[in-house]
Amino acid sequence: MRASVVVFPGSNADAEMIHTLRDLVRLPTEVAWHKDAELPPDTDLVAIPGGFSYGDYLRCGAIARVSPIMAAVRRHAERGGWVIGVCNGFQILTEAGLLPGALTQNQHLRFECRDVYVTPAADGPFTRGLPSVLRLPIAHAEGRYQADAATLERLEQGGLVAFRYCDAAGAVGGAANPNGAMHDIAGIYGGPRKNVLGLMPHPERMSEPLVGGADGRRLFDALVAAAS
Amino acid sequence: MPGPATLPGDPPMTPALLRAHKVNDDEYARLEASLGRPPSYTELGVFSVMWSEHCSYKSSRVHLGRLPTAGPRVIQGPGENAGVVDIGDGFAAIFKMESHNHPSYIEPYQGAATGVGGILRDVFTMGARPVASMDSLRFGRPDHPRTAALLRGVVAGVGGYGNCVGVPTVGGELQFDASYDGNILVNAFTCGVARTDRIFYGRASGIGNPILYVGAKTGRDGIHGATMASDEFSAGGPSQRPTVQVGDPFMEKLLIEACLEIFSEDLLAGVQDMGAAGLTSSSVEMASRSGSGLELDLDAIPRRAARLTPYEMLLSESQERMLLVCHQGKEDRVRAICDKWDLDAAVVGRVTDSGRWVVIATPGYDPLDDAQTPPRREDKVVVCDLPVDVLTDAAPKYDRPRGPDASLAARHAFDPRTIPVPGSWSEELVRMVGTPNLGSKRWVYRQYDSIVRGGTIARPGADAGIVRVPCEKDGHTVEKILAFAADCNGRMVELDPWGGAAKAVAEACRNLVISGAEPIGLTDCLNFGSPERPEIMEQFSQAIDGLAAACRALDVPIVSGNVSFYNETDGRAILPTPTIGAVGLVADAADVVSSFFRGAGDAVLLLGDARSGALSLGGSEYVMQKTGKAQGAPPKLDLDKERALQGLALELARAHVVRSMHDASDGGLAAALVECAVGADRPELVFGCDVALDADASDAASELFAEDPSRIVASCERALVERVKAMAAARGVPCAELGVTGGGRVVIRARGGVELVDVATERLRASRESALESIVGA
Amino acid sequence: MKATVYVRLKGEVLDPQGDAVRRALGSLGFEGVKSVRVGKLIEIDLGPGAKPGPELDARLRKMADEMLANPVIEDYEIVAG
Repeated sequence: MRASVVVFPGSNADAEMIHTLRDLVRLPTEVAWHKDAELPPDTDLVAIPGGFSYGDYLRCGAIARVSPIMAAVRRHAERGGWVIGVCNGFQILTEAGLLPGALTQNQHLRFECRDVYVTPAADGPFTRGLPSVLRLPIAHAEGRYQADAATLERLEQGGLVAFRYCDAAGAVGGAANPNGAMHDIAGIYGGPRKNVLGLMPHPERMSEPLVGGADGRRLFDALVAAAS
Repeated sequence: MPGPATLPGDPPMTPALLRAHKVNDDEYARLEASLGRPPSYTELGVFSVMWSEHCSYKSSRVHLGRLPTAGPRVIQGPGENAGVVDIGDGFAAIFKMESHNHPSYIEPYQGAATGVGGILRDVFTMGARPVASMDSLRFGRPDHPRTAALLRGVVAGVGGYGNCVGVPTVGGELQFDASYDGNILVNAFTCGVARTDRIFYGRASGIGNPILYVGAKTGRDGIHGATMASDEFSAGGPSQRPTVQVGDPFMEKLLIEACLEIFSEDLLAGVQDMGAAGLTSSSVEMASRSGSGLELDLDAIPRRAARLTPYEMLLSESQERMLLVCHQGKEDRVRAICDKWDLDAAVVGRVTDSGRWVVIATPGYDPLDDAQTPPRREDKVVVCDLPVDVLTDAAPKYDRPRGPDASLAARHAFDPRTIPVPGSWSEELVRMVGTPNLGSKRWVYRQYDSIVRGGTIARPGADAGIVRVPCEKDGHTVEKILAFAADCNGRMVELDPWGGAAKAVAEACRNLVISGAEPIGLTDCLNFGSPERPEIMEQFSQAIDGLAAACRALDVPIVSGNVSFYNETDGRAILPTPTIGAVGLVADAADVVSSFFRGAGDAVLLLGDARSGALSLGGSEYVMQKTGKAQGAPPKLDLDKERALQGLALELARAHVVRSMHDASDGGLAAALVECAVGADRPELVFGCDVALDADASDAASELFAEDPSRIVASCERALVERVKAMAAARGVPCAELGVTGGGRVVIRARGGVELVDVATERLRASRESALESIVGA
Repeated sequence: MKATVYVRLKGEVLDPQGDAVRRALGSLGFEGVKSVRVGKLIEIDLGPGAKPGPELDARLRKMADEMLANPVIEDYEIVAG
C-alpha cells in the first residue's frame, strides 16, 4: 500500500501524518501539493491531514474543496480508493461533498484540545478488529457533526457511522461528547465501499507510547489488513 | 549639510510635537547636535521610536550587562532576534520570550495573537522551525469587572494564532493579582530548532545586495506602538489609539514555510522581521549590526491603505512582514519560492557602505491610486538621511536614580502566626486548591493545540512541557527532546527583588530537572513599573542581580530577553515580574519523569531541606488569601542547597529510579501533594496518598502552605527507597520518606499521627478543576 | 419589529478573512475582485411591542456599543424596522 499525504499551505498536522504512515505503519509515503492536478502514481491511500487549509477564515475547508488536488482526490475516492481525512481533512471532505453533513462550531464555542474516547460503531476497513474503546486526542474549534434528519437516518441505517464519542468505559453520549456532535458522531464512512473515512480525533497523533498512547495506529493497521 | 526634504503636511517642530513623540528637551538637543541640523518631521518620528525605551533599552542597558550570557553551549547571546544554544549533533535551540502587555489590554484577542505572531517571527527569522510555545499570563483580581473578558480574549487570541500556525503551546503560567487590574501581562515564548550551520542573523551585509520585503501589505497599524509600549495607562482609558494590529496567522504560516525553504538554499545574507517600529527598526538594526548603510525606496513598499505618508510607512507596525537581504543575482530564486507560497516579494532597497540610513520617496505617490503613473527616479526626494550609529549607539543611556521601597519593612514585619487557625485543615486545603491561582488551568490550556506536529511528550499541566523534535540533516534524522518551563512569582519579587528573581530562575530550572531535562539556557521577560520612580529602578537593579546570582549558581546562561517598563496605571505599578523561560535538553526519552503519581503503593519522598518548624509563610498565597496582602518575611533561597537538589533530581531522573517528581511552589507542600495525587489529566490516573510530616501540628499552617523553595515531592517503588536515599545522601540533600501513594484520599498527618487533612481525591479534583469557573463560568 | 445590525471592521483594520476570500475568488477565476471585506450581520427580533423612534435607536446603539461590536476595531450600522 502506498500513501499520499495532501498538503495545503495551511496544513499543520502533515508532519505527524507523514511520520505515522511512513515511520510507524511503514508505508511508502509521498506528499501531494495542493496545486498538483494528479496524485502521485500508484497512490492507494490518500490522507488529508489537519490544519487550516487556506487559513479557513470563511468556512473550514471551503476554499480547499476547489483546489486542483481535490479534483484528483475525488476521482480516487469515486474509483473506490482509500481516503482518510482527519480534523480539517474531515471538514474538507464534507465541503467537497465526498462525505455528507458538515462540521460546525463546538457547542461551547471554544477550541478544545484533549484526549477523548471513541467507540467503533460500524464495520469497515478502518474499524475492523478494533477494540471497543480507543483513546484519541481532539484539537478543533469546529468539530460538531451536523446533518439533516434524512442524512443521519441514512448514515445510521447504512452502517456508515464509523466512530462515536464515549467515556472510558465505552458508554456513548452525555458528557463524553466534546463538541455537541449529533448522534455523538466522531467519524463517518463514505464512498462506494466505505473507502472514505472522515473523523475529528487525530489517530496520527496517538500512534506511539512516547506521546501518550498507540490506539490511533490501530486504525491504520486495520486498513492495511483490510486491503491485503 | 543640507537636510532631507520637507514634505507637504509636515507639522512644524514645536515643543508640543516633541512631547507627543516623547522626546524630551535633552534628547532633542542631543539629536540636533549629532545631526548638525534639526531633524525633519519624518526623522523625528524615526528617532522617537528608535530612542524609545522599547527599542533602545535606555533605562535598563546599564544593568543588563550584569547578566551571565555566556556558556559552552551558547552560540548567540542577547542582541539578536533570539538566543541560540547548541543541542548537539549540529543542531541548535533558538528561543526568546517577549511581552505584548499594552496591546493585549487594549484589544485582548488581537493583542495576544500578534504577541504570539511576533515571537514566532523572532525565532523563525533566525532559520529555526518553531517547535513549541508557552505563554505567561497575568491578570487582575478574579472579581475585577474586566478580568473575565481580558482572560477570555487573551486565551482565545493565543490559541487562535498558535493553533493555526501549527506550533504546539506546551506550557505557561497564569496568575491573578490586583496589581495587574489595569495592566495585564502577556509574555509569549517560542523555541525553534535549526542546523547550526544554517543560522541566519539580522545583518544587512554585502554592498549592493537587494533588500526584499515579503509578507503582508503595509497599513496604518499600530503606528507608534513602540512609544506606546513605553507609556503608562491612565484612567482616561484606552481610547484614541492608533489602528489596532490584526494578526493573520495563515499569512504567518506561509511566511514560515517560505522562509524555511529560502533558508535551505544559499540565497540570503541576512533577514529580519518587522516587529516593533516596523520597517524603521528592522532596517536600522540590520545596518547597525553589520556596520553597513542602507537605502530604502518607499515607493516600492506594498501597501493596503491609501495615501500613506513616508512617516506612516516607516512607523507602521503591520504584522507578518519580513525584510530579506538577498545575495545579488538570487532575487529570482527567492521570488520563485515566495510565489510557490502565494507571497508577494518586492525589492525595496539596497545595502550601501555609507554608514547612513537613507530613505527616498516620491511625495504624493500612491500606487493604490490607479490614476497615477509609476514615479520617475528624478521625482524621488530624500525623506530621511541619518547616520546609523546615531539611531542606535548614540541613543541615550540612563542610570536612573534608585531608592528603597519604604513600605517593605512594615510588610516584612507581619507575623503570619497571627492569622487565626482555621477550623478544618481539610476544608482549608479543598478551598485553597480551588482558588484561581492554585487550581487547575485546564480551561486555558485546553484551548491551545498542545500536540500539533505529533511530538508532545508532556502536555500543559505538567511541570515542564516536553517535545520530541525530529532534526533532519543531509538525509538522516536525529531526534532531540526539549523541555520548557516558565516561572515567576511576582509577590516574592516585590517582597524581596533579589531573592524573588533568583527564585524564578531556580524554579524554572527545577521544573526542568524534575522532568528529566538538563537546563541549557534561559530567556527573561522583565516586566516592571515606571523606571522614572527610584523604588522601581531599585527593584529592577536588585532583580537583575538575583537573576545573575541564580544563573551562576545553577550554571545556566540567559541568552535572550526583553524589558517592559511602564507597566502602571495611574501611578500604581504591577508586581515586579521578571518572567523566566527555561529550555532543557532530555538526553534519552526514558529519562522523562511524570509530575504526577503513577500508581498506588509507591513511596512518597520529600527531597530537600524541610527545615521543620522553620518554614516561612511570608508572601505566600495563604497569607494573601487570609490578609489580602503579600506580606511577612519571604522564605530565603539558599543557592548552594538548590544546586545540590537540582543535581540530585537530574541524577534520579537519568537513573530511572523515581516514578514522579514535582516541586513545592505556589501553595506550598500541601498544594504540591494534591497536584501529585489528583493532578493527572485522566481520572483513572488519580491515586491519592497518605503521608506523615515530621512536624508539630501547631505548625500546620506553615507546614502545609509555606512556599519555601528547594523542595521536591518524589515517588518511587518501595524497593528503591534506600537507593534514592543513598543517592540523596551522597549529594548532601535531605530525603524524608513521607508515606505511600494510593487510597483514593489525600491524608496528611503531623508528628504523633495527628491527622491534619483527610479528603477524598474526588473532592480535591473537583475543587481544582473548577478553579477558574468563578471567572469564566462552568 | 426587527432590527438588523451590520458590524464591519473599521476601514483601516486588516481583514485577513476578506483577503483570503479575495485570493480564493481569484484562484477560482473570478477576475477583477480588488478587495473583499467580511463582516457580521446580526438580526434582532424586538417583539411586536417595540416602537420605532429615538428611544429604540438609542437602545440599539447601546447594544452595539456594549456588546455587538468591538469599538476598538469595528464599526456598526443599525437598520431598524
